[in-house]
Amino acid sequence: MQTVKMVVTGPFNAGKTEFIRSVSEIDVVSTERKISSDPERVKETTTVAMDFGRITVDDDLVLYLFGTPGQKRFDFMWEILSEGMLGFVVIVDSARPETFREARSILETFRAYAPTPYVVAANKQDKDDAWDMEDMRIALRLSPRVKLLPCVAVEKETVKSVLLELLYSILAEMDEDRS
Amino acid sequence: MALKGNLRDFTITQLLNLINLAQKTGTLVIESPGQAAWVSFREGKLAYAQVGQEDNSLATILYQAKKINAAQHRLIKERAANMSDKELGLLLINASYLSQQDVLASLQSHFTGVLQRLFAWGDGLFRFENDILPPDGKIMVRVGLENIILEGTRRMREQEQLQDEIPSLDMALRFVDRPGTNIRSLSLSVDEWRVVSFVNPRNSLRQIAKAAKKNDLEIRRIVYGLLQAGLVEIIRPIGASPIPTVQRPVASQGNKEEQKSLINRIIQRIRKL
Repeated sequence: MQTVKMVVTGPFNAGKTEFIRSVSEIDVVSTERKISSDPERVKETTTVAMDFGRITVDDDLVLYLFGTPGQKRFDFMWEILSEGMLGFVVIVDSARPETFREARSILETFRAYAPTPYVVAANKQDKDDAWDMEDMRIALRLSPRVKLLPCVAVEKETVKSVLLELLYSILAEMDEDRS
Repeated sequence: MALKGNLRDFTITQLLNLINLAQKTGTLVIESPGQAAWVSFREGKLAYAQVGQEDNSLATILYQAKKINAAQHRLIKERAANMSDKELGLLLINASYLSQQDVLASLQSHFTGVLQRLFAWGDGLFRFENDILPPDGKIMVRVGLENIILEGTRRMREQEQLQDEIPSLDMALRFVDRPGTNIRSLSLSVDEWRVVSFVNPRNSLRQIAKAAKKNDLEIRRIVYGLLQAGLVEIIRPIGASPIPTVQRPVASQGNKEEQKSLINRIIQRIRKL
């Protein structure tokens, strides 16, 4: 059985666990704990080590989706999780501009770990106070080449679109390498 | 959709860059503790700016720009109190007191100055109200944001350079062992003295900043000056654990066609989910 992995990363409370949960065929194995510090008390629990979901592709291939802990103090896990990944998705909460800078920093950190393709998912686009995609592109300083995709992590179809776009990018990069 | 947030997380420079690139029309409202500002833009260009309840009348702006004298200012305030800025501007131009260029240049300079003052606001809620512009009677200008952004970027660059020079505030300071240097004979500012008084291999820069009531930028600026003067050097704090080393991930190897086939299989599977 061959296994491959993609990493889902992003700031705290961006929606990484929901993203994986939407497409995983197993209950997401999540190591969540009660939040102890006030600034992070936006939700009741958060991912402290990692969570992962699974998609069985066929009899001899399984795709694992690894979610990174969003809080900075667990960033020692990021490099471990990034080893051997096919690519990664950076999830950004479109309605929390205060996290954009951190998202940018996480993106740069992962790019430094491995030169693999990535896409950026603008999550929570269904919220009234979500930023426009183009405003987010400018705010996140993403070049036009980087795919910035609208997403609602609890909706399976948008999550599928994000994963497919990442896979298309991986294919395109393979073609570029060959030419 | 909403363009709102806090200046702590999204700086004025970044906001102006966004407004410029997206050629936005509307008013940026910033509410900082104890003060507020309204800055209007048309197609990404500065059109109008006001801070709090400051007198933003044309008469006062022209007086501040030394285009009219104190007596003229007082007279206009008395006799043209009910006139809008546009009406007053036309009156002054038609009466040949001032040229249109005088009026516009004064307003441009004033609004640009207001906007530049906002760079010092590090905290405050902002929101961009699409298509909301100042009342009809106000005169709007058209100033490109590029130069204003450049100035803001210069200030940010200083911050970034300091960050590069002193990346971690978890480090400590110690005095450089230079024979003949008498710290008491040096001419230091009050802020520098305050920081110097906390220099100790056990105190991290973060602790010093807290004790000296300085923010990250201020402590870096002061420490950078002390470093340049050769007074102190940066060391790991006594008692800190060594920096852990991590291995680089090994790049995956394998046949390209096989890898492409693998990716295509995953694509087919995800499409069917």
